[in-house]
Amino acid sequence: MSIKIITPVAEFAELLPQEYKDLVAHGPYNERRFVRDLGTFKEIVDEHPHCAGCGVALAIRLLAAALPSPADTLIVGTPGCSFFALIQTALNYSNTAFGNQNAVATGLKRMLEIRFPHVHKDVVVVAGDGGIADIGLDLTLHSWFRREKITTVMLDNEVYANTGGQESGMSRQGQVLNMAPRGKHFPKIPVFELAKVSGCVYGVRVTVASPHKVGRAIRNAILIARELGPTYVQVYTPCPTNMKFPPNQTLKVAKEAEKDHYSYEEFMSAEAAEYLVQSKAESKEM
Amino acid sequence: MAGLQREVDPEYLFWEAPRRQVFITGSEAVAEAVKRANVDMAIAYPITPQSESMHLVGDLYAQGYLRDYYRGENEFAVMAAVHGASLGGGRVFTATSGPGTLRAMEMFPVWTGSRQPIVCAFMCRGVSLPPSIQPENIEMAMLLDVGMLMFHAEDAQDFFDMILKAYAIAEQPDVHLPVGVFVDGFFVTHTRSMVALPPDDLKLPAYDPRRAPVPTFDMETPPIRMVRDPLLNKSNFISYAANASWHQEIAAAAERARKHIRRYMGGLLEVDDPAATIFLAASGTAVSQSREAIKVLKAGGIRVGLIKIKSIRPFPAREIAAATAHADLIVVPEFNIGGWLAREIKASIDNNRRVVGGPRVFGGMTMPTELIVNEVRSALDRSGTKQPGSGARI
Ligand code: SF4
Repeated sequence: MSIKIITPVAEFAELLPQEYKDLVAHGPYNERRFVRDLGTFKEIVDEHPHCAGCGVALAIRLLAAALPSPADTLIVGTPGCSFFALIQTALNYSNTAFGNQNAVATGLKRMLEIRFPHVHKDVVVVAGDGGIADIGLDLTLHSWFRREKITTVMLDNEVYANTGGQESGMSRQGQVLNMAPRGKHFPKIPVFELAKVSGCVYGVRVTVASPHKVGRAIRNAILIARELGPTYVQVYTPCPTNMKFPPNQTLKVAKEAEKDHYSYEEFMSAEAAEYLVQSKAESKEM
Repeated sequence: MAGLQREVDPEYLFWEAPRRQVFITGSEAVAEAVKRANVDMAIAYPITPQSESMHLVGDLYAQGYLRDYYRGENEFAVMAAVHGASLGGGRVFTATSGPGTLRAMEMFPVWTGSRQPIVCAFMCRGVSLPPSIQPENIEMAMLLDVGMLMFHAEDAQDFFDMILKAYAIAEQPDVHLPVGVFVDGFFVTHTRSMVALPPDDLKLPAYDPRRAPVPTFDMETPPIRMVRDPLLNKSNFISYAANASWHQEIAAAAERARKHIRRYMGGLLEVDDPAATIFLAASGTAVSQSREAIKVLKAGGIRVGLIKIKSIRPFPAREIAAATAHADLIVVPEFNIGGWLAREIKASIDNNRRVVGGPRVFGGMTMPTELIVNEVRSALDRSGTKQPGSGARI
């Protein structure tokens, strides 16, 4: 996308809301922005109706700041809390049926490659643990098996938050939740491990307590997906409302998870590693 | 060969280009239509009796007629991927059958709600336990209200023409809705008949996403801030209003399709012998069986007209009411147990006791001509209508 596409004609410029004008003049479409620049530019995520202290909202803000090319990024999601902020994003976002996001992203990515053979159109799936690990698991895995060049980001709050706190496949074993009245009987579905064996060429497990790591993972994942194949980022995004902790404790909960069961981990194929080194060298040259 | 195809006006392709008669199956007719439809991308998943047509579409991809094609992991995923591809601003095709249709069901209203001109061929078959792969079209009843346009082909010629014409109708800016082109599986897909084809070096003009009434999902078409779903955030009157008005718009778009269906398909229905007072009204292969039954009835001195219903959605309610205004009896043979077509017709006309829903066959049974003939004769007996030969059984 050229910034010209959204630049208002002079006659109408004054009629547009300040938010829009800021986005065109100071948004991330013009220059590269990073997570470290948050607060210094007009972000592409606007106000959103998430609960106070929501880890999902924070992760989406970090993701939006880390996109390597927001002007050419398409996000595909699924119903759930993630949708609240994603629909407030100044880029194309599609929300369709529950669990189909990786299949939709496949069709979209392939069609955009047909229509724009000389432009990288980044197709990024952003969905919750229910959408990716439960109802959409087969579609997620198959997009990886097929080596689709899309990035999948799981916002893992370990619960179905939007429908009121039901057990998900990513909930922790033993946790008492709605629909798990005696505690969950089986461990978290090892989607991160599955990503390694299902064709993902790059993957990161991280929590929102490490914002720079989240940003770097998103950026790397999208860049690598352009050239080499599917990539996966799994972000722990605690939910104060359903996990019943005070909203000002979100980062503390995430930090504890990092020590406990959500340690940072990254994997990449040899080609992906080489590609990252190469693209870093190229960006220094520039 | 694919590279030598020339884009021509739909009108030229449909009516003016010379046609050559070939003896092909219904599945081959699908591929012949896709070959001339300038489709960007097709996605397939196997299910009987649809698979063969998508094998042939895959061969077209190998020959360069399509720019992308792959096998999805299940029908829900295929319909989701077709949705994604259509969001991306290209022309897409897929096909499915019976249980596949139902597995994918959630996506059809999504296509409609997204105003996507996707064309999908449905090769209908039985859906239930005990398992059946046999012809039956009960799945059409389940799709009546998902918002897509629905055309029902009688034979391979219809199937070929309707698929091509479906693109011309679906992509009208004032319509821009998905179209399902339905056929009774096996009877049409797996039998050969003569089909008149225009030259295969001609194709429809490419899909132009700039003519779409909804912005393409490519970060190139403003407004870029968009989500197609009305916001369902918590209680919100705007959400109700947005959703309801969007549904109204989809219903209105389907209504607006009528004029294009008349133009491209010659009407939503066809009537043979409009002056008759007894009619057989049918869609799909039941039309062909009705034609045979009418020959037998005429030979016995009973004059019977035929109403062939081509468009199921939008439904030609006014046309049926007009065609049957002076009718005493309307018999509706169907390849399903529920009798959805008879219900639709009953809901469209006055004095609907004139409508006899039957005969109905299902589970893969054929519909012998005698069944239809006997249904007409029995109905005449019951009503006391005096018709020559109405008392005799064949
Ligand atoms: S319910 Fe949980 S995940 Fe959903 S918006 Fe509230 S805090 Fe965020």
